[in-house]
Amino acid sequence: MDTKAYIDTGILELYVSGQLSEKENKEVYDKMLEHPEILQEVLEIESALMKLGEAVSPGLSASTIQIIKERLNFNSDNGKVVNMPKSRSNWFTYTGWAAAILVGAGLLWSINQNKQLEVQLSDANVEKSYLETQIEDAKSDLAKTENLLSILRDRDIIAVPLGGQGNFENAYAKVYWNKADNSIYLDGQGLPDAPEGKVWQVWSLTLNPLTPTSLGTIDNFNTDDNKIFEIVNTNESQAFGITLEPTGGSETPTMEQLYTLGVVSP
Amino acid sequence: MQLETLVEQFQKKNEKAFESLYHMYKDSMHGVIYNIVKDKAIAEEVMQDVFIKAWHSSDSYNSSKGRFFTWILNISRNAAIDKTRSKAFKNSGKNLDATFFVDIIESNENLNSKTDAIGIKKFVSKLKEKCIKVIELLYFKGYTQKEASETLEMPIGTIKTRNRNCINELRQMIVE
Repeated sequence: MDTKAYIDTGILELYVSGQLSEKENKEVYDKMLEHPEILQEVLEIESALMKLGEAVSPGLSASTIQIIKERLNFNSDNGKVVNMPKSRSNWFTYTGWAAAILVGAGLLWSINQNKQLEVQLSDANVEKSYLETQIEDAKSDLAKTENLLSILRDRDIIAVPLGGQGNFENAYAKVYWNKADNSIYLDGQGLPDAPEGKVWQVWSLTLNPLTPTSLGTIDNFNTDDNKIFEIVNTNESQAFGITLEPTGGSETPTMEQLYTLGVVSP
Repeated sequence: MQLETLVEQFQKKNEKAFESLYHMYKDSMHGVIYNIVKDKAIAEEVMQDVFIKAWHSSDSYNSSKGRFFTWILNISRNAAIDKTRSKAFKNSGKNLDATFFVDIIESNENLNSKTDAIGIKKFVSKLKEKCIKVIELLYFKGYTQKEASETLEMPIGTIKTRNRNCINELRQMIVE
């Protein structure tokens, strides 16, 4: 059947506004069940005519339904103001959907937030452990420094300034000698870094006759932070000197490379 | 709720279903009734009669015989026309032929509160005279095709297609 041609005859408009015979009504009804597009057309015609009728209404009193219910002796919700069930259900439906969408959006937002927070948290943990390390380092540095300070302030310590020699007059160093425990602390702050292939070597000297005794090389000079080095010294030193020697050190000091020298005060 | 379910419940004398149907159709039926009786108080009265009659004769409705809308529309038109034939109504001196539905819509201040009102108002102001008469007779007054054909002095086939074209125009206006 050509449903479009059937629709175009105008029979459906007459069906909705009630002009057809009972037999014709049954025929249209059967065709609606068979062809969804015919049913759709009927629904649209009905909707248009309903709206046209509504537009003519000058406004119906809200109490009309109450009067009808009273006249019909309805018992339920007696005297209550009646809300519109249709719009109520719509309201519920819309509110329900709106709530569902809100909850869904909220959930997505929360998941996203949660992920971001997790990332931030792990970043914070890394930073925290880094800071903890720094604090530990600082504490340990502080302890070392305090220890050093207490050593330098010791009553038994002898301070020996070492002045720059010859071409190296800008160089200087200091030796703190604790005779009680046979150790010296060399402060090499005033010496430059040892060049590649060279190393600082510390000497203990007796002056008459002039006899140098090696106290060893300072292999970690360039990488040390505070340039204070603890060295064992069991000699009856009368003076201390520092020379730049080839890596591994020398048997005797290279006098041309004597940077600093200082005599122990009697 | 589906209309079919609502109507079934209504036929089982479910008061809630009745109220739901009332709220679905009250405004359109009120418009149709008012267009016939042209009086607010009388239209209210007829509304009551219509829905009370619907409640009592719910068994007479059958979906295979037509739309529920058409069923309640028939009750409304008949009740309104009956009212205009009553002695009291005739004594009130109403001139029923003076205005058509379009005149009511155009002067209807209540329209502002309704959806589609602007579209419909625009539509009826542009609506051709031939459309106004056909819709007035077939939809609002419930004339048969034959009665409309005689009143408007047009062949039945012309009435049918014109009615379709006019309602089509209305539908397009509402959709816009």
